[in-house]
Amino acid sequence: MSAIVSPIRNPLVTGNKSYHDITEDLVSPTEKTPSGLWVFGLMISLGLLTFGVFCIAWTIWFGIGSWNLNRTVGWGWDITNFVWWIGIGHAGTLISAILLLFRQKWRTGVNRAAEAMTIFAVLCAALFPGIHVGRAWVVFYFFPYPNTRGPLWVNFNSPLLWDLFAISTYFTVSLLFWYTGLVPDFATVRDRAKGIRKRIYNFLSFGWTGSAKHWQRWESLSLVLAGLATPLVLSVHTIVSFDFATSVIPGWHTTIFPPYFVAGAIFSGFAMVLTLMLITRKVLHLQDYITMEHIESMNKVILLTGSIVGVAYLTELFVAWYSVYPYEQFAFFNRALGPYWWSYWGMMICNVITPQLFWFRSIRRSIFWTFFLSIIINIGMWFERFVIIATTLARDYLPSSWSYYSPTWVEIGIFLGTLGIFFTLFLIFTRVAPVVAVAEIKSILKTGGDQYIGPNAKPHHHHSHSHGHTTHAHSHDDGHGHDDHKGGNDAAHGIVGDVADVVVENDDLKKVEGIGPKIEGLLNDAGIRTFRQLANTDVETIKEILVAAGNRFANKVPDTWPRQAEMAADGKWDELQAWQDILDGGKE
Amino acid sequence: MATESKEVLYGLYDDEEILMDAVRKAKADHLEIMDVFTPFPVHGLDPILGLQESRLHIAGFVYGMIGTLTAFLFMTWVFTRDWPIIFGGKPYWSVPSFIPITFELTVLFSAIGMVVSFYTVCGLGPGVTNEVLDDRITDDKFCIAFQTNGSSSEDINGLRSFFSATGASEVNTKVIS
Repeated sequence: MSAIVSPIRNPLVTGNKSYHDITEDLVSPTEKTPSGLWVFGLMISLGLLTFGVFCIAWTIWFGIGSWNLNRTVGWGWDITNFVWWIGIGHAGTLISAILLLFRQKWRTGVNRAAEAMTIFAVLCAALFPGIHVGRAWVVFYFFPYPNTRGPLWVNFNSPLLWDLFAISTYFTVSLLFWYTGLVPDFATVRDRAKGIRKRIYNFLSFGWTGSAKHWQRWESLSLVLAGLATPLVLSVHTIVSFDFATSVIPGWHTTIFPPYFVAGAIFSGFAMVLTLMLITRKVLHLQDYITMEHIESMNKVILLTGSIVGVAYLTELFVAWYSVYPYEQFAFFNRALGPYWWSYWGMMICNVITPQLFWFRSIRRSIFWTFFLSIIINIGMWFERFVIIATTLARDYLPSSWSYYSPTWVEIGIFLGTLGIFFTLFLIFTRVAPVVAVAEIKSILKTGGDQYIGPNAKPHHHHSHSHGHTTHAHSHDDGHGHDDHKGGNDAAHGIVGDVADVVVENDDLKKVEGIGPKIEGLLNDAGIRTFRQLANTDVETIKEILVAAGNRFANKVPDTWPRQAEMAADGKWDELQAWQDILDGGKE
Repeated sequence: MATESKEVLYGLYDDEEILMDAVRKAKADHLEIMDVFTPFPVHGLDPILGLQESRLHIAGFVYGMIGTLTAFLFMTWVFTRDWPIIFGGKPYWSVPSFIPITFELTVLFSAIGMVVSFYTVCGLGPGVTNEVLDDRITDDKFCIAFQTNGSSSEDINGLRSFFSATGASEVNTKVIS
């Protein structure tokens, strides 16, 4: 019944998880007292946030003059940070929407956190246009509303206004998409919670019950939202690039900007997802859900988009030369060799050269390298925006107006403040919501779990042995003639480690009281896969297996296991049930 | 309207594949299932249950079209009727530069409309509390529920034997309002 999955696919959920294990692993971080590390992280983030708020207040009180912008360089760190944050905000929707349409199952491990990251990043981004206009208290002038001045409308032909619409829409749709995904998981948290927590999560879960019809609509909604968000995510950074591309400034006025900005946004977004998820995965012990496969897949996306960005940089240079347009040529000459040469070469090294290391499989699958390179890419993409904005403006058409721009402490403080906002929100998010989508991980378990696919997959026979009731006990009997025979053979050889050449369907050995998933795994490893095999194994041998597996298992008493297994193998489920009622944890 | 309370007999299953077999059997036996609850969307369940395809996406298309028209007609009205201004020597009605905002509002209207419709038709929303049959349904149990108001004891016994025949791990009753 499980969907057919290519055997060469590696598992996406490791650790032989059951549905309950998934709930337990993913929800428990919201239920525990926060660790010291978390509190420490929150303190630092809140410190940055407070400083950022102070700098914003300073800006509003004293005006934009507290920044180092001048007549020539009208956009500096403000818009650089704005574009940087918006770019980071692109990975979430890419992962949840585009990868949903492409049916990439690995997205389920990271989509929740990436969407959260998107929302927080867009919030940080939206701050900058709000304050860089100077009079933040009349920022509602941005919006077309029926005012008393005519009404005088905003200019719908302006890319800056398109940007306002794009980013508001993007934020709203991302938020709706994210929250709708969260509702079933909040219901899971609710149904485990007590007292005030239950009341809070009951409110957050909107009364979700898990009804089949609701799930059907939920999936329909997710799919259509994904279909809408896919062109949306491409449109947002396209429109951000219009802010530059529709101008007449050499170095900005290029048709390559939309695809180049979109690729760069995905590139930086994935880098930030990796930076965050590598830490989250470690701190919350999510290694079974965010596996090497996830990391490697994201690194491949980084390699692809990083290469696109690299090609775009080189194309710009080529076109500047090929255009025979001296102002354009000067703009690029100035970027590489002018007063801001350091930012250009920083960008080139961070964004073009270092991601190429991901051609090596060992680097794609190295936590250290991935983390290190993700930070490098974050820095490189900040440089890219700075290069495009400040470098281009500082040397404009009129040499007498040329200037040099460097930020004041207020501008730096606001940037640090957005980092504080971002990490504060993310840290709070890891405490109140499951960081990995619980229901979605469950829905891919049978096609992505390591007990079903991959090198450690057990030869799996679905559902016939997982419950000891009448109908299935029959089918179990029917299908067992050949098993008995082979089981006998195995037993005759004692413990046969290698059963790979024998096609044996696993029985659910957990039906034997005293055997849990761990011990079942040990027995399976020792070649004991069916009830019959277990029945034919003597108690001493089982003890040897347990002792060999370490102290945890050494004190188990397997005395009744072969006899229980015999009843199971004979299909005497009622008799077994009756006996198990008497047994105490499998002991007589 | 005071909703009358429902007496519910429900069985819990440990695996979605056992659940689907059970639903098939229930349909074959012409048992009237009140609802099926699962911890995650189970693919292939809808046709067995006989659920019609959701029409939410059609609503989404309609909302999107409303957004398209709102944006495009509004900008047209502003720049041709209400306050015509020449920007950069372009015509008043410069359609290409209306495209980005028209697109964004199409997406925005469609997304908001669909989400609101979704919660409305499902009867979900902030402040809504629906009684759950079992706390483990959002964890790892798959539930088939029958409404038993006014059922005879034979009927109930029939349902109970259905549950035991299809491998339910637990059978319980609950009265929900």
